[in-house]
Amino acid sequence: MTAAVAAPLRDPAAPLLDVEHLSMRFGGLVAIDDVSFQARNAQITAIIGPNGAGKTTVFNCLTGFYKPSVGRLTLRTPGGGTYLLEQMEGHRIAQHARVARTFQNIRLFPRMSVLENLIVAQHNKLMRASTYTLTGLFAAKGYVRAERAAVDLARYWLDRIGLSPRADEDAGNLPYGAQRRLEIIRAMCTEPRLLCLDEPAAGLNPRESAELNDLLLFIRDEHKIGVLLIEHDMTVVMKISDHVVVLDYGRKISDGTPAEVRSDPAVVRAYLGEAEEDELPPEVATDLQTIVKA
Amino acid sequence: MAYFLQQLINGLTLGSIFGLIAIGYTMVYGIIGMVNFAHGDIFMIGGFVTLIAFMVLGLSGITWVPLALLLMLVIAMAFTALHGWAVERLAYRPLRSSGRLAPLISAIGMSIFLQNYVQIMQGARNKAVGQPLISGGITVMESDGFTVQLGYMQIVIVVLTVVLMVGFTLLITGTALGRNQRACEQDMRMARLLGVDVDRTISLTFVMGAALAAVAGMVWLLYYGIIDFYVGFLAGIKAFSAAVLGGIGSLPGAMLGGLLIGLIEVFWSAYFSAEYKDVAAFAVLVLALVFRPTGLLGKPEIEKV
Repeated sequence: MTAAVAAPLRDPAAPLLDVEHLSMRFGGLVAIDDVSFQARNAQITAIIGPNGAGKTTVFNCLTGFYKPSVGRLTLRTPGGGTYLLEQMEGHRIAQHARVARTFQNIRLFPRMSVLENLIVAQHNKLMRASTYTLTGLFAAKGYVRAERAAVDLARYWLDRIGLSPRADEDAGNLPYGAQRRLEIIRAMCTEPRLLCLDEPAAGLNPRESAELNDLLLFIRDEHKIGVLLIEHDMTVVMKISDHVVVLDYGRKISDGTPAEVRSDPAVVRAYLGEAEEDELPPEVATDLQTIVKA
Repeated sequence: MAYFLQQLINGLTLGSIFGLIAIGYTMVYGIIGMVNFAHGDIFMIGGFVTLIAFMVLGLSGITWVPLALLLMLVIAMAFTALHGWAVERLAYRPLRSSGRLAPLISAIGMSIFLQNYVQIMQGARNKAVGQPLISGGITVMESDGFTVQLGYMQIVIVVLTVVLMVGFTLLITGTALGRNQRACEQDMRMARLLGVDVDRTISLTFVMGAALAAVAGMVWLLYYGIIDFYVGFLAGIKAFSAAVLGGIGSLPGAMLGGLLIGLIEVFWSAYFSAEYKDVAAFAVLVLALVFRPTGLLGKPEIEKV
């Protein structure tokens, strides 16, 4: 399974993504205000913050859904090349810079089989091999070979998350946690350099959450991919992140290892509010307890 | 009984033609959620291209029926597909991001344009195929002085339709293009993010729909022996009804709807009144929309939250 394993880098944790002075304004509303941080290869970088802190907006800027008002987003390739993401269209970012993302809601193709979901993600190389379908129809050699390679890669990932026995079922029929993991491995089938996951643990039970952690650590350690993670579930964040960036009201208030961030007074204040402990929304209160405990 | 059997044969033939056209409606609707009102006129163009090919082949002395049929098929599919591609490229793609109404109106405009274009190029009068390419048939049974005829042309139509449907189903289920089409249909934005070339996929959908409509136009011409620039309107609306009846967006639904509309029309004219056959076909559509708005094989649209 050589295709699935990224070429080893000289420095496994080389800088992958530089976000510099990113700002995003919608009319008078400042959603992100001068945020800078760095993400590295083979590291999990978590972006956390209370609701409305601008986390998803950062993702939308990175993946071309929004054009940032100000700022530079630089993606580095192992060969030393760079892509300026703020100047690229969404699907070009996906295909050329190879930034893959998942969304807060599940965006699988529900009426296609699990395996087909993964093969569509390998569309580019398949289409090249099939010279746009006509030869595919007549099962030409190059196409058959490319198709087999695509299926092999898909099977490799399905084995990884234990979904191989259900490869031919409709993706929409899988349990929720399995759909979440399927989305992540579908993104991995595009062979990304940077994997952006928007709240992958939302709605998962503890067992599913643990399976998700295993998958993310596997992606980091075996494939040396940089992962950018938005997450509310602090058990996930504190357990698997190498690096945490905390946003609040669109500004970066803390940046460091999970241990550093946890003890940063600014973070505690952002989660607690100044002196309004009684009015805490329940999920924030839970998050806070986890932070303080962990 | 004999009379019934004859009507059944006729109904299945007509239904096959409607089914072939309906596929184009249902595919385009499935992928971009738009009713391509110019599709009936694409069918009409298929008929005219066949007519021209028929004349040219006749003049150049190619009269061996299987070869002539094959050549006409290829020519009609190629030229009509080109029209289908051009219509999408010029009239729909520029409007793709402007909501649902603009492309719909553009489609109606395109329909009027295509009718007038053919009217000017070919004249407004009926065009007839001088001599039927395929005539005769098999006498299936005779009773009470009534002969049940299964025409060779009818056999050709049904066989051609079945072959195309099988090939088409294989294309949708088994090739990269088919997979991309289904992906675009279910979540176009996500498909694009995963690297699917959405524009090309949509173009090819129009090309495929037009190619099938071309076959329908060809067999229509050879079956009835006559065509005019306006034939696409009614046939198109009926095929659209067929697609809705079967469940728009569903390929087997389009075929089933086509067969049903064909059968209803034929049986109504056989047993009740030929004048009201169109009313019967559309009344069924109304009933379907009232009692089963998603069509026979359509799935209810799930609200995305």
